[in-house]
Amino acid sequence: MKSGLNEGGHDFRAVVLGASAGGSEAFAGILSTLPADFALPILAVQHLHPMDDGQFASHLGSVSRLTVATPRDKRRIDRGRVYVAPSNYHVLVERDGSIALSVDEKVNWSRLSIDVLFESPAQTWADSLIAVILSDASADGAKGTRAVKEAGGLTIVQDPASAEYPVMPQAAIDAGAVDEVLTLEEIGPRLAKLGTLSNTELGSRDGERNMNDERIRNSELRARSERKD
Amino acid sequence: MARQGPTGQTRQAEACRPSETEEIEIQLLLEAIYQRYGYDFRSYARASIDRRTRQFLSSSGCASLSEMIPKVLHDETFFSRLAQYFSISVTEMFRDPFVYQAVREKVVPLLRTWPFFKVWVAGCATGEEVYSLAILLKEEGVYDRATVYATDFNDSTLDRAREGIYEMGKLQEATRNYQQAGGKASFSEYYHARYDAGVMDHSLKERITFANHNLTVDTSFGEMHLVFCRNVLIYFNRDLQNRALGLFTDSLVHGGFLCLGTAEDLRLADVSDRYEVVDGKARIYKKSECGTRSAE
Repeated sequence: MKSGLNEGGHDFRAVVLGASAGGSEAFAGILSTLPADFALPILAVQHLHPMDDGQFASHLGSVSRLTVATPRDKRRIDRGRVYVAPSNYHVLVERDGSIALSVDEKVNWSRLSIDVLFESPAQTWADSLIAVILSDASADGAKGTRAVKEAGGLTIVQDPASAEYPVMPQAAIDAGAVDEVLTLEEIGPRLAKLGTLSNTELGSRDGERNMNDERIRNSELRARSERKD
Repeated sequence: MARQGPTGQTRQAEACRPSETEEIEIQLLLEAIYQRYGYDFRSYARASIDRRTRQFLSSSGCASLSEMIPKVLHDETFFSRLAQYFSISVTEMFRDPFVYQAVREKVVPLLRTWPFFKVWVAGCATGEEVYSLAILLKEEGVYDRATVYATDFNDSTLDRAREGIYEMGKLQEATRNYQQAGGKASFSEYYHARYDAGVMDHSLKERITFANHNLTVDTSFGEMHLVFCRNVLIYFNRDLQNRALGLFTDSLVHGGFLCLGTAEDLRLADVSDRYEVVDGKARIYKKSECGTRSAE
């Protein structure tokens, strides 16, 4: 797995994204805002009907400038790609950054578990991982979000007030695991900023901030959200 | 490295956040199991093993992964509980119905051409897919020519497979799958209901031999016409996958079939040029007569 960003900047290397009931359009919306040079791989789990035969993935492919791919067992994860978990498999990530599928027992009544999808990347990428939780009708994802945060990653949740089914973002916030609470419209631009190759150059050109400032800002945000707990 | 959280969070983080130390601990644990009991989990896909080991840790009464090592070495019961966690026994009847449909349409016609044939279900877990195949072969009128070997490394799941008793809920799910798989009768003909469970009909068991076989260390044991091994290889690393696929290839007659799980394929395997694709989506392959056609 190649490093996602410039050597000097904060080295985010992957995004994990969880969405469920009511989250599919939100997910598509975010993807449609990401630029073609978005440099991180996105691993996404979207609770789908078990018989979904890739229709959702092809829908995403049609709205996104990024390549949407099905994660395949033992294959390397490439940056700038969106991997949508296949129905009926858990998606795990090996420490070398390759995909590991599993048919283990269902977690939270689902074999497409957001908790499972978040936990192993948290180990692989630690503080280089960004986790995003969109609206959901269940608490799946709260535990996984906490695992990402505990490993040092950045956690973003959709503002429950803007979610159609606010249970999942609220569960993640209640678990004390959240760095940033953003509206749906803010998530795409935020990810684009964190994960675009040209980010560092742009940042220094407009003098607004560079990736180091970004890092400081992130830790401030963390401190702030922790004080809230 | 720990980012300080609210009270108690850091400690909790250390308990479940993996570190290099934890990776070493798991390696030592797997080595201990191998040396002591001969079960080789060292070549399993690590992400799953990590997850299962941590799950087991929380129910084990041990404070750390290292603490599990002496217990594994000295306490066989403790080891067999752990082995239970490592053994993937999640399966269902007629799982992925389209695969069974494809077996019916594309494999059975060739099995028919042999006066007598052998099937190996490798990693059969609790047996659901073995009975599914038996039903399919029966409906196609070729079961009396078949010998089915159903193997697993775990004796207790193998016992459950041999008993063939399944919860009613699972049998209802099986009924739906059976119909989608092109079942020709009523699924309830194949089991006898007892309270909240069903026992698979005795006639299905007649041609099945259940036996212990470990894909990590054992060798092939006979000439096969169909090897059915689904959702087992995803738990292995590349080396072990190649070992298992080598065994299947050695076992299969020319023109014999290999059926893998829907997320498994031969593309990157050592033996890929020994097979041709029969059904790509259902992951059914045929061992080439000449051994030159690629499974790409």
